[in-house]
Amino acid sequence: MSNDEPMVVDDGGDAEKQNWPGRWNHVKKLLERTGPFAHSDFEASPEILGFLLSMCKVLVIGAGGLGCEILKDLALSGFRQIEVIDMDTIDLSNLNRQFLFRLKDIGQPKATVAAEFINKRIPGCEVKPHFNKIQDFDESFYRQFHIVVCGLDSIIARRWINGMLLSLLRYEDGVLDQASLIPMIDGGTEGFKGNARVILPGMTPCIECTLDLYPPQVNFPMCTIAHTPRLPAHCIEYVKVLLWPQEKPFDGVAIDGDDPDHIQWIFEKSQQRADEYNIQGVTYRLTQGVVKRIIPAVASTNAVIAAQCVTEVFKVASSCCNPLNNYMVFNDTDGLYTYTFEAEKKEDCLACSQIPQTIQVSTDDTLQTVYDYLCENPQMQMKSPNITTTMDGKNKTLYMPTIESIKKRTKENLAKKLTDLGLTEGQEIVVSDQTSPTSLIFVIKFKVNS
Amino acid sequence: MAAPVNRKNVDKKAKYDRQLRLWGDHGQALLENAKICLINASATGTEILKNLILPGIGSFTIIDGNKVKGEDVGNNFFLTQDSIGKSRAQVATELLLELNNDVTGNAVEESPEQILENNPEYLKSFTIVIVTSLVERTLLDLSSILYAADIPLLVCRSYGMIGYMRLVVKEHTVIESQPDNAHEDLRLDKPLAGLVEYAHSLDLEAMTKQEHMHTPYLVLLYKFLEKWKEMHNGQVPKNYKEKTSFKDLLRSGIRKNEHGVPEDEENFDEAIMAVNTALNPSKIPSEVQGIIDDPACTNLSSESSSFWIMAQALKQFIANEGNGMLPLRGAIPDMTADSKRYIQLQNIYKEQARTDCIAVTSRVQQILTSLGKASDTIQDNEIKLFCKNSAFLRVIRCRSLTQEYSPDSAATQEISMNFENPDSEIYWYIMLRAADKFYSQYSYFPGTYDDQVDSDSVKLKSCVCSILQELTLGALPKEDYIQELCRYGACELHSVASFMGGVAAQEVIKIVTNQFVPFNNTYLYNAMTTTSATFQL
Repeated sequence: MSNDEPMVVDDGGDAEKQNWPGRWNHVKKLLERTGPFAHSDFEASPEILGFLLSMCKVLVIGAGGLGCEILKDLALSGFRQIEVIDMDTIDLSNLNRQFLFRLKDIGQPKATVAAEFINKRIPGCEVKPHFNKIQDFDESFYRQFHIVVCGLDSIIARRWINGMLLSLLRYEDGVLDQASLIPMIDGGTEGFKGNARVILPGMTPCIECTLDLYPPQVNFPMCTIAHTPRLPAHCIEYVKVLLWPQEKPFDGVAIDGDDPDHIQWIFEKSQQRADEYNIQGVTYRLTQGVVKRIIPAVASTNAVIAAQCVTEVFKVASSCCNPLNNYMVFNDTDGLYTYTFEAEKKEDCLACSQIPQTIQVSTDDTLQTVYDYLCENPQMQMKSPNITTTMDGKNKTLYMPTIESIKKRTKENLAKKLTDLGLTEGQEIVVSDQTSPTSLIFVIKFKVNS
Repeated sequence: MAAPVNRKNVDKKAKYDRQLRLWGDHGQALLENAKICLINASATGTEILKNLILPGIGSFTIIDGNKVKGEDVGNNFFLTQDSIGKSRAQVATELLLELNNDVTGNAVEESPEQILENNPEYLKSFTIVIVTSLVERTLLDLSSILYAADIPLLVCRSYGMIGYMRLVVKEHTVIESQPDNAHEDLRLDKPLAGLVEYAHSLDLEAMTKQEHMHTPYLVLLYKFLEKWKEMHNGQVPKNYKEKTSFKDLLRSGIRKNEHGVPEDEENFDEAIMAVNTALNPSKIPSEVQGIIDDPACTNLSSESSSFWIMAQALKQFIANEGNGMLPLRGAIPDMTADSKRYIQLQNIYKEQARTDCIAVTSRVQQILTSLGKASDTIQDNEIKLFCKNSAFLRVIRCRSLTQEYSPDSAATQEISMNFENPDSEIYWYIMLRAADKFYSQYSYFPGTYDDQVDSDSVKLKSCVCSILQELTLGALPKEDYIQELCRYGACELHSVASFMGGVAAQEVIKIVTNQFVPFNNTYLYNAMTTTSATFQL
C-alpha cells in the first residue's frame, strides 16, 4: 500500500512537528473513515487526528513495565501532549522488559529517561516527566488531563488516583457534568496474567467498587513463622521479621531488599533455620523473592496489557469504536485466554456512591473494633486510618497513627468503648487514609442487642 | 559441581531474575540457544522481536526486501525518519539490537520470494520462523517447506482492529505445562502404605492439646475416612450429601473446652475444606491417557524422541507397579502442623515418589536397550521431571496450512459450528481470507485508496462469497464485516500490532522453552469488542 502524497491534515498548523508524508496513514484509516462498528457519536474527520496531535492531554501513571509500553503505544497512535509520573529509579532487573532503559541508565529516574527516549525516537512527541509520587500533586494538576492511563504495581496508588478523579466530578442539580469526567484506563500484570479496564468515574464501577477483585495479601501466621515452620518461605520470613530486628546486622539499619549483602545474610540465616527443622529448598533466589515480595514479570504480558489500554485510550479520545465495557482479563499460560465482562457498580461504594457509609457497632465495641474493621474488612482495606470526629462543635482526634506524637497521645483511645469516648447514635466520624486523597465520612449506628 | 560465578553470569541472573522465576534457568538456556527468523520488519514483526530480544533470545535474522517508507516509520518504533529509503531489514535490526547486548542479530535484504527461489535450505537453520505481511501464495510455499523440515512456523498479522495468529508445528510435546490450578496428588482413595502406617502410629485421643491441633489434615482425613468406611461398607463419601455428612463426622472430632465450646483447631478446618476435592478418585487425566494410547507411544522406533520413550515407560508403569495410577507427584500442600510431623508426612510422599520414579527409570532403560540406544540417551533428571509432571503432559499437533487451505481438507465443520454465533471471531478469519483473495486478484488490499472504498466493497463481497462457496459454508450474517474491512484498508495500527507482538512472542517462547502450552492453531483478536478466540483449523 502506498499513499505517500503530502498529507492534508490539520495538525494544529505547527510545521515544526515534522510530519513527513504518509506518517499517519495507518491511523487515518480509522479516524477519517467511519464504519458499522464505530461509536454512535463518531464523525469521521481529519480534525480528530489534529485533536490527538495537538490538544489531547494524556497522563500516564507509571513508567515501568506497563508504562514504557504505554508511552510507546500512545506516541505511535498520534498522542503528543503526554505527562508521566513515576517515583522510582531504574534497576538492573527492570531491563528484561522496560525497554526504554539501558545499562547506563541504572539509578536514574524512570520517568525522566523514558520521556527522553520517546521524545527522541518519535519526533514531535512531548512527553513531560515527573519524578514524583502521585500524592505530590493536587486537583489543579489532575484536572488538566483528558484521559488518565495507569500502569501501576500498587493497589493503594490505584485507589488514590481513583479517589482523586472522583473528587473532580461536578454535579449540577444532582446531574453529572460530563466535562468534569476524566476517564481512567487501568492495566495490571503478574507473570502471564493481566487485566485492563475502562473506568468512567461516577458512571461505571470504580476501583473501590471492585475491591474484592484484589484479594488481600496473604501473610503467614506468626505462630507458623515463630514455632512451626514447614516451608522454606517460613524460614526466610522468620529471619526477615524476627531475627533481623533481634540481631540488628549492618548497624541496625532496616532491610534493603536491593542490597545483595542484606539478602545474603538473610539467606544464610534462613538456611540455618531450615537445617534445624530438616526443611529443604531455601535458595538465594527464593530468599530475595520472599523478602522483596517479588512478582515475576515478562515483556510479553506487559506488551499485551499496555497495548489494550492504549487501544482504549485511542477509542475513548476519538470515538472511532466502542470502548471496552468494562473489564478484560488475560492469561496465556495454556493457549490464549481473554474474558471480557461488565463489572458492576457497587451501590454503596465507599468512593463513588453518594450514599453515606455507616458502621454498625455494638455498645460494647471499642475504637479498636472500628479501627480493625477499617483495616481488615475486604471492602475497606485501609492501611493506617486517622479517625477524628466533631464534638460540641469542636474537632476531636480519636486516633491518628500517621503522626507519631499524636499517635502516642491518642493510642489509649483504642481500648476505650465508643460510648465512653462520647460517640452517640448517628454521629459522624471522619476517616483519612493513604488509600484515598479525600477524607471519608462514616455514620455510627449502634446495633440493637438481641 | 557449581559453575564458576563470574560477573557476566551474575549480571544475567539479576537482569533476567523476573522471568527466571517463570521458566527457570533451564528454560532460559533453551531461549539463549534459539535462532529466530522474522520475515518482514513490519510493526507487528518488530514488536514480536522486541519481546523476544528483551528476555534474551540467542539470535535473530530479519529477512525483508523492502525499503523503509514514510508510513512504516509512522507505526514502527524501530524505524526512524532518517531511515526512509534505506533497507527496512537493516534499520530494524540495528535499532532492535540496542535492546539487549546479549543478543546477536543480522539483516538479509532479500524478499522471502527470493529466498524461497534461491536458497530455501537457509530457512532450515532456524529454531522457528515468524512471518508477517506475507502474501498468500508465498506463505503457502514457505509453509510447506518448513512443515516438511519440521521447523515451527508462526504467522502473525495486524489488520485494522483485527489481529490474527497461526501456529504450524507438526508435533510439540510439553512436560512442564505448569497448569494454573493443578489438583493435589494426595491419593486418599488409594492411601499410600506409608501414610497408613504413619496414621496408625498416631492416637488422636491420647494427644495433648498442642499435638491434636497440629496434626496434619492429611492424617485426619485418612483416619476419619477409615471410620466412615467402617460404617459404609468400605465405600468413601461420593456425593454431596455424603460429603456433607463426612464433614460433620470430621467436625465431631474437634476437641471441646471445659464449657463444651469447640476449640479453634485450624487443621480440622483445613480437613473439612479439603473434603470437596481430596476424596475424588485419583485417575489418569484424559490428556495423559490420550498420550499413552497415542501411536507415537505404542509404536516406538529408534527415531522416537525421549518424550515418547518415557511415555511408553509410563504406560508400562501404570499397568504394573502403578496399579492403574501415575507415579506419585510427591509434593503435598502446606498445612497446619508442627514442623516435625509435617516433614515426616512430606518424606513419606517424597519416598513413594522416588520409588515410583526408580521403577519408571528402570523401564526407560529397558526400552532404550531394546531400541539399541545408549543408556545415557535420557538422563535421570529428565525422567524425574517427567514423573513429577506426568499428570500435566501435553502434546500439540497443528494441521498444516496446506490442509487448512485445501477445500477438501478444510476445517469446514469447525468453522460452520462457530458460524452460529453472528459475532464470532471466525467471521474475521473469513474476512482475512477474502482480503488475501482480493489481493491475489487485484494486487492491493480493499480500501487502500480513499476514492475506491465503495467499489472495493463490492469486489470484496464477491471474494467473500467465493471463499464461502469453496468451503461450503453459509452466508455472512451481516454486511458490516465487509464495510468494516474496507474501512481498514489493511492499515496496521501500532497498538493492535503491539498486542499481537506480545501474544506471538509468548507463543514462540513456549515453543522454544518447551514450557507452558501453545495454542492450537488459529487465534483471532478483535480490538473493537476486546474479545478473542482460538480455532483449530
